[in-house]
Amino acid sequence: MIVEHATRSSRIGVVLIAIALVVLALAPYWGDRQTLRLLAEMFTFIALASLWNLLAGYAGLVSVGQQAFVGLGGYVLFALAMLLDVNPILAIFVAGPIGALVAVPVALLIFRLRGAYFAIGTWVVAEVFRLLASQVSALGGGSGVSLPASVVLAMAPSRQMREFEMYWLALFLTVATLAAIFVLLRSRHGLALTAIRDNELAAQSTGIGVWGIKFAVYVLTGFGTAMVGAFIFLQKLRISPDTAFSVNDWTAFVIFITVIGGIGRIEGPIIGTIIFFALRQTFAGLGSLYLLMMGAVAIVVMLWAPKGLWGMVVERLGWQILPLQRHLVLRKDARGKP
Amino acid sequence: MQWLNVILQGVLIGGLYAMFAAGLSLIFGVMRLVNIAHGDLIVLAAYVSLMATQTFGMDPLGSLLLVVPAMALIGYGLQRGLLNRTLGDDLLPPLLVTFGLSIIIQNGLLELFTADSRKLQAGAIEIQTFQLAQNLWVGAFPLIQFVVAVAVIGGLQLLFYRTALGRALRATSDDQAVAQLMGLDTRHVFAVAMALSLAVIAIAGVFLAVRANFDPAIGPARLIFAFEAVIIGGLGSMWGTLAGGIILGVSQAIGAQIDPGWQLLAGHIVFLTILAVRPQGLFPKVSG
Repeated sequence: MIVEHATRSSRIGVVLIAIALVVLALAPYWGDRQTLRLLAEMFTFIALASLWNLLAGYAGLVSVGQQAFVGLGGYVLFALAMLLDVNPILAIFVAGPIGALVAVPVALLIFRLRGAYFAIGTWVVAEVFRLLASQVSALGGGSGVSLPASVVLAMAPSRQMREFEMYWLALFLTVATLAAIFVLLRSRHGLALTAIRDNELAAQSTGIGVWGIKFAVYVLTGFGTAMVGAFIFLQKLRISPDTAFSVNDWTAFVIFITVIGGIGRIEGPIIGTIIFFALRQTFAGLGSLYLLMMGAVAIVVMLWAPKGLWGMVVERLGWQILPLQRHLVLRKDARGKP
Repeated sequence: MQWLNVILQGVLIGGLYAMFAAGLSLIFGVMRLVNIAHGDLIVLAAYVSLMATQTFGMDPLGSLLLVVPAMALIGYGLQRGLLNRTLGDDLLPPLLVTFGLSIIIQNGLLELFTADSRKLQAGAIEIQTFQLAQNLWVGAFPLIQFVVAVAVIGGLQLLFYRTALGRALRATSDDQAVAQLMGLDTRHVFAVAMALSLAVIAIAGVFLAVRANFDPAIGPARLIFAFEAVIIGGLGSMWGTLAGGIILGVSQAIGAQIDPGWQLLAGHIVFLTILAVRPQGLFPKVSG
């Protein structure tokens, strides 16, 4: 008896992913500026949604306060670049460890709250970060600050080169996030996480240290989210407490993407992001009506298709793009017995 | 004397927070549901009152006669039609559905009433004050608000422990399956609990709207105040919720007195400190 991950659909899936990666990596050669910006924005949402999916979909930690880490990353980048003259690209990679470091005491505190109260607790933390950020006058206080031109110009010799750099950076961050999540889920701890996703009590009774794994996932998510946050605000070139810690932009949209695509599946956030952006390109002109519609769609999906679109595909067709699921294969041995 | 004044104002606003919190605590107690749209429903009540005052020329406090039943009806319908479907072992559906609801209410109000700040005018009562001692004044309106808050919480306490409905609510809270076996229609009991919760926050919403400016976006902050008051006071205890609201109100008032930028921050810090040293809250009753 052996355990296998790959299925026929996942073998096809891996080849398709490899082709897609090559095509996307070459986007600067075939896409115009707008396409690059749109793709880069989509990548950041795929990364944010995948991190939230890991947190809520697998570890059962439903956070509505991940904007705390997006904003933290953004502010770390601005602080390093403006006050300490650190290269902004390097600063993105410093934002990650700082995000993880901050996540440790935050987790120790809010892990005391359970379930839905945990969710609101994360929101309070994000509010505290927002209020603290507006007290830092060196970074513009409540009204925010723009990244000085000198910092931006130092990134690359030409504007085009800088845009390419930002695009590849977005692609890299997203692929790295997805790869890290994939490796985690394929590992022993991933099996534990999947068990927690399916039934926390049962997982605990088989000897899984649920608290420790949840804690580790929370800290790792803080790491990734802060890095993506730093990138987002390097792209925007301007930060303010209200945009950095916006619950709509960095949590509501991210939850919508994950729920529509399929929560608790690695493919979900990717599918969700594509749908979210397709809807946005079509209906964004409607303004608040568009948001209203989005809330309604999320409710409908949650009630009638709680596993999202990808979950429906998996249930009906048994597809998986990435070889994650474990299958028990019964092989006959030499004597012809299984 | 200046500090005494600050603390007094904090206590009075704490009554309002306690009303926000009582609604949240009530539905959590009965059906373990945390309503993310709670704050937005408070704001919705404020807008319903605004419509009542504009269309029928009602006084804001008089409009309570209309707003409270209207919100209770919305609550009953919401629970029966939507939220009952989300209840179960899984945490995600109720959280995400109420989160979606919050987005719908906010943007619906934005679409109907624009983002302009509104305020309800209650007339002379808003500016009347009493002198308690030398240099110590108290406004008539904040005082009424506090008395109403205490009455509401006392009323809920009586309802819970002295009436048949309260018995049904407590039984369902203790064990849903057994309550059902005893002939209680839990779907109805849940809907009644939501109706009660929205009736309470309807009162809170009207007082909020007279006291300060409101717009469609202020809901989430009210949810957070309600939540903090519940956790500070301890889950499941109505009088604890009142104490939690008062502690939050006083902390914010003291913070604001030190530096206006610290008003909200001081409240959050007190909340986080209590969470760190006494996570079960000051007056706990049930474990969550």
